[in-house]
Amino acid sequence: MINHMNFLFVGVGGQGVLTASDIAAQVGLDLGLDAKKSEVHGFAQRGGVVESHVRWAPRVGSPTCEEGTVDVLLSFELLEAARWIDFLKPGGIVIVNRQKIMPMSVSVGNAVYPTEDAILTALRQKASQVVAVDALPLAEQAGNLRTVNTIMLAALATLLETDPAVWETAILRRVPPQYADVNKVAFRLGQQAAQP
Amino acid sequence: MKRLLSGNEAFALGAWEAGVQYAVAYPGTPSTEILENLARYPGVKAEWASNEKVALDNAIGASFGGARTIAAMKHVGVNVAADSLMSVSYTGVKGGLVLVSADDPGTFSSQNEQDNRQYARFGKFPCFDPADSEEARRFMGVALDVSEQFQTLVLMRSTTRLSHSKSAVEATTPGAREFQPLPPFTREAEITRVILPAIARMRHPVIEQRLVEVAQWSETTAFAQGVNRTDWGDKALGIITTGIAYQYAREVFPTASILKLGMSYPLPLQAIRDFAAQVETLIVLEELDPFIEEQLKAASIAVAHGKDIFPLCGELTLAQVRQGAVKAGLIEDNELRMTHDESPLTVPARPPALCPGCPHRAFFYTLSRTKRKVVLPGDIGCYSMGALPPFAAMDMLISMGASIGMGHGFKQAGGQEGVVAVIGDSTFFHAGMAPLASAVYNKANIVIAVLDNRITAMTGQQHHPGTGTTLQGAENKPIDIAEVVRALGVTYVDEVEAWNVNALNQALRAALKHEDGPAVLIVRGACVFTPHFHVQTRMQVDLEKCVACGSCFRVGCPAILKSEEIYPTNHKPKSSIDPLLCTGCTVCMQVCPTQAIAPISE
Repeated sequence: MINHMNFLFVGVGGQGVLTASDIAAQVGLDLGLDAKKSEVHGFAQRGGVVESHVRWAPRVGSPTCEEGTVDVLLSFELLEAARWIDFLKPGGIVIVNRQKIMPMSVSVGNAVYPTEDAILTALRQKASQVVAVDALPLAEQAGNLRTVNTIMLAALATLLETDPAVWETAILRRVPPQYADVNKVAFRLGQQAAQP
Repeated sequence: MKRLLSGNEAFALGAWEAGVQYAVAYPGTPSTEILENLARYPGVKAEWASNEKVALDNAIGASFGGARTIAAMKHVGVNVAADSLMSVSYTGVKGGLVLVSADDPGTFSSQNEQDNRQYARFGKFPCFDPADSEEARRFMGVALDVSEQFQTLVLMRSTTRLSHSKSAVEATTPGAREFQPLPPFTREAEITRVILPAIARMRHPVIEQRLVEVAQWSETTAFAQGVNRTDWGDKALGIITTGIAYQYAREVFPTASILKLGMSYPLPLQAIRDFAAQVETLIVLEELDPFIEEQLKAASIAVAHGKDIFPLCGELTLAQVRQGAVKAGLIEDNELRMTHDESPLTVPARPPALCPGCPHRAFFYTLSRTKRKVVLPGDIGCYSMGALPPFAAMDMLISMGASIGMGHGFKQAGGQEGVVAVIGDSTFFHAGMAPLASAVYNKANIVIAVLDNRITAMTGQQHHPGTGTTLQGAENKPIDIAEVVRALGVTYVDEVEAWNVNALNQALRAALKHEDGPAVLIVRGACVFTPHFHVQTRMQVDLEKCVACGSCFRVGCPAILKSEEIYPTNHKPKSSIDPLLCTGCTVCMQVCPTQAIAPISE
């Protein structure tokens, strides 16, 4: 039974990172633990970096995780996983969406977006497990591009020792009823993607 | 049932539970969601004011009428409201009046990180400092009680970390409630509300005595009500802390004794002395200023450590608290948590950018390409990003509404260059009209560009007097900025469409030639997040025509990318456009010298 978990959800504004982290915090409560969530989203809507900390424990103090203590880094964008890797504890898990969103610094030619291989290699140096998920094509397959966060959460649910049904229920509570079915499909696809 | 609420949601819930029936704010990160949430509760009148001083004045009037009221604003908004704030301390209040100040340690989205607990000492009123959402909810009711008991405004101090983090709150679903008219107003009892000099002289000793009495309340009732609290542990180390810093203290020093102050001003000095006497080493852990530490030192209470080991600047983090504690030998460094390996990877920055389709893009592009040397005072809003590459079209930026005043002063002091002061629509109503009147009055030859995107965009699309829609959804007549400007005596008023590069260029050039007082250019174009914005046919790049000149990159649009294809003459990548991001605003098409960009043909 899990009783302490630190999660860091990262990505780019508009990807659904904050909703996903809200759900993860709620799952902590649903599992009978205390939970806190903390986000920084000042300029997020303008394509900036989004970070959201989620902590589960019998009693959570700080709403933010300390560097080097994150159990699971859940990145909705490839480059962002590399940006936040120092928060991961040695031997932690990285779940990364393979989607690339070019920062302006790259698209105007002032910086270079590292290759996927280079990024995954850097992640593997720190993590015990790196799960790369094709969340955007899978969301398309599920029938709605906005199910990326359901796919990412399903991957997380599959890798943790928790009952995936608790996660699925928490997700379905958050989505409008007309999107329940598409999210159920997305959840299955996310689970499959995280299978070893 | 326990629910996860953000600090801001919890402030709103607590205010509603405590019977607040009138609340008012000007939007500002991280305070905005307080009013957005409170506005949804039954029996509450909640409003956006045009600025923070108006908001506080509204709240003061409501309090004088007997209503329980809150005003909410970001920390720098309190500066705008400070004139009334300092004197409402003297007048006192009738209905409970709480001012929520949401500070921004770490300046995630602000121009400074001032510590607004200082206002409590400066203005001589109490300050509450909740440490999580449950306290945000609960302290709101206590603060309103204190406000009425001691007839004082109460400052409720939040921070970004509290306002924007979620923690479990024991929350019930609000039932029905009717909005209640106020009791008849009685003048005799309200004489202290007219703060003439003679009354101010009479009131000053009263408020000094009030502080003494509130401090006594903090010594006793505050402990009984769990606002202040002592967590006894190992008495080798005693920590005095407040607000979110308590959470870091609890985690870094799990066995220490902690005196947690839910009220950070005035201090319960006797309780602190008693605590200090029982612990071997006393430290103070607080974010930003040594606010408590200095008061303890002034009271000759021996503080072993405070800002000598914990940072004075920026937001506190667990890591910094731990490092400070290790440095001072308070804890052992038995866990190596910071693990910065030398990564071979360079991770490019991801600065915020104007959205695809943003109505500010063509304007800043035009300014960045203008041949004539102009000086560009800017203002607070999304258009502050005009200062960033690729535009770099801003020379000064300091506070809400300051663009017009700074431009005016620069010009009147003998500035040789043309001046284009840039301000947004919400900011214009906030603090732009007074400096414009002054510029007309003193005949300052400056251009004022009002970027009217028909919303308060930066804080997440809040309405304002120029949209006519109120916080609770009533539709009133929008105030037209052009009419206001003309009424203020501006003789040169031009209006131009936001996405038309040539028209903007001509309008700017013409306005800069005007030499009979201020020229106002109203740039009209709705924010992409408003219903007034309509996505058009998206753009695509014809790779046959693209010569990789880079012109389109200079409009700074996130939808414009480098393609894989290299133009052989200059060996540079040609452009491409992300069809998922493009809104069809055509700005890139207008600046392309080879007509390589065109709408996607059906």
